[in-house]
Amino acid sequence: MTLHELTVEATEIRKALLTMIYHAKAGHIGGALSSTDLITALYFSVLNIDPANPAWKGRDYFILSKGHSVEPYLVALARRGFFPVEELSTFYRFGSRLIGHPNNQVPGIEMNTGALGHGLSIAVGMAIGLKKSQRMNRVFALMGDGELAEGSIWEAAMAASHYQLDNLVAIIDRNHLQISGSTEDVMTLEPLADRWKSFGWQVQEIDGNDMQQIVQTLGSAPFVQRKPSLVIAHTVKGKGVVAMENIAHWHHGVPDKALYESAMATFDRLQKELNNE
Amino acid sequence: MSELRSCREAYTETLRELATQDPDIIVLSSDARGSCTLNGFVDHLPEQYVEIGIAEQNLIGVSAGLAAVGKKPYVCAPACFLSARSLEQIKVDVAYSHQNVKILGVSGGISYGALGASHHTLHDIAALRAIPDIMVIIPSDAVQTQAVLRQVSALDGAAYIRIGRDKIPAVYASRPEVEPFTLGKATLLRDGRDVTLVACGELVHHALMACDLLAEQGIEARLLDMASLKPFDTDAIIQAAEETRAIVTIEEHSINGGLGATVSQIVTAHHPIRVRTLALPDEFLVTGTSLELFAHYRLDAKGIAASTADLLASTETH
Repeated sequence: MTLHELTVEATEIRKALLTMIYHAKAGHIGGALSSTDLITALYFSVLNIDPANPAWKGRDYFILSKGHSVEPYLVALARRGFFPVEELSTFYRFGSRLIGHPNNQVPGIEMNTGALGHGLSIAVGMAIGLKKSQRMNRVFALMGDGELAEGSIWEAAMAASHYQLDNLVAIIDRNHLQISGSTEDVMTLEPLADRWKSFGWQVQEIDGNDMQQIVQTLGSAPFVQRKPSLVIAHTVKGKGVVAMENIAHWHHGVPDKALYESAMATFDRLQKELNNE
Repeated sequence: MSELRSCREAYTETLRELATQDPDIIVLSSDARGSCTLNGFVDHLPEQYVEIGIAEQNLIGVSAGLAAVGKKPYVCAPACFLSARSLEQIKVDVAYSHQNVKILGVSGGISYGALGASHHTLHDIAALRAIPDIMVIIPSDAVQTQAVLRQVSALDGAAYIRIGRDKIPAVYASRPEVEPFTLGKATLLRDGRDVTLVACGELVHHALMACDLLAEQGIEARLLDMASLKPFDTDAIIQAAEETRAIVTIEEHSINGGLGATVSQIVTAHHPIRVRTLALPDEFLVTGTSLELFAHYRLDAKGIAASTADLLASTETH
């Protein structure tokens, strides 16, 4: 996909996830919207995958460590062809396999996540296993910034550099907010890049809502040999719905009818503008 | 006295055989290769060993990731840490995510004795039996440990196996006629019509000696080795309740939520008779070696026999 097509796709995904959350009356909308551009770029440009054969041995692996941002992940998988788009309307419903966190009964989802701080360890294990088998697949893991307070993340960060996992790319959705407020008020993360560098990672910082920067950076990852790569993607929580942007309440708020309709109208206008470009 | 052998040496011997034939087997530990008797394995198959350092959460997460790309990880670490600190990774990354990870908890129960409660594992049956899609097995000697490993290694699925630390007497080496382990089945070690003893782990040996003491008093005890705690042999328990007058369970675990609770649940639902649970009390234990503690808490042969005779006497008065 071109950058323009990816931007159009990200808007489609935002509309779909907003609709899912509105009808389910549940979901984690803030982090879903902040990570939508990253997930769009991964699934429509960066990852080497085959929707017709989710278990294809040559695929790149993706782990959503911040499992609560499942909505853009499910929409991207469905729109990419892993399962029917119509199934998205079952999100959160009785008996559905589309639950509030990633579930590997869904085609394309590798692992069940949701308990924070697990995903990087899993990705490290995948990267070690692939290297042992001389397979060239890459492993991507998307983490939240609030989840970096989990000690297991740093156990995994240490192991990744110890084993020189240059087939591993971790991404932080750095939206600066978690459920109780600012990440820096809840538990200081800065100097974040220096912390990861000191653990032996090659770090790049980007605007995680800028499609050109995302594609350029993730497309060139892993960055160096014999070191794991980290992308700190600075994003806006609630990105695209102005009333939700940068407000901690929208970690898992559900829009009412008026807000839903005005947000959808805004996305429709954005799409029209994009189509006229 | 029969030959003494530790289950951990038996386990790693068989693991090395399996790994030699299957390069996808990867063994992982958390700076516990000595405790797990893995030094020989690491020397012979260094490419099939991954050291994680003292980081048990990462240990299980990495193992799940290895399994997800087609490797066959075998985690070996002290049971006390795996069953507590890594419990969420076992639940979510391994069991819930359906990953083929085999977990060996060594030096479980009160093997670490005087090292204290931080190193005791008296909650693992309760904790792990409550998680779906993971087998829970506590073998009773070196021969059974090897049989367990061979059976479980042939299955695609998660398993937690707990063994002790010390060299212990053989239960099965002198009984070649007995099949030492069948997953989901109790192993009948001795038949009897008066009472059934149901035991697992190292205490099976003590229960066997208790059967001899009971026989001297004219009590014919049946003994079931219930190494397979999940899947569990419900039928063998129902049959014991129907055919014998009482059941005594014996386990190196807390009195809460272990073998005794499991057996009682089955007996009350199907054929109510008296069940007595012999286990460690709901308290932090006095200082001592595991053998000293077995005696102190009446889990040795003498204690088991006395509790059993007492239970039978009380059932007669009813």
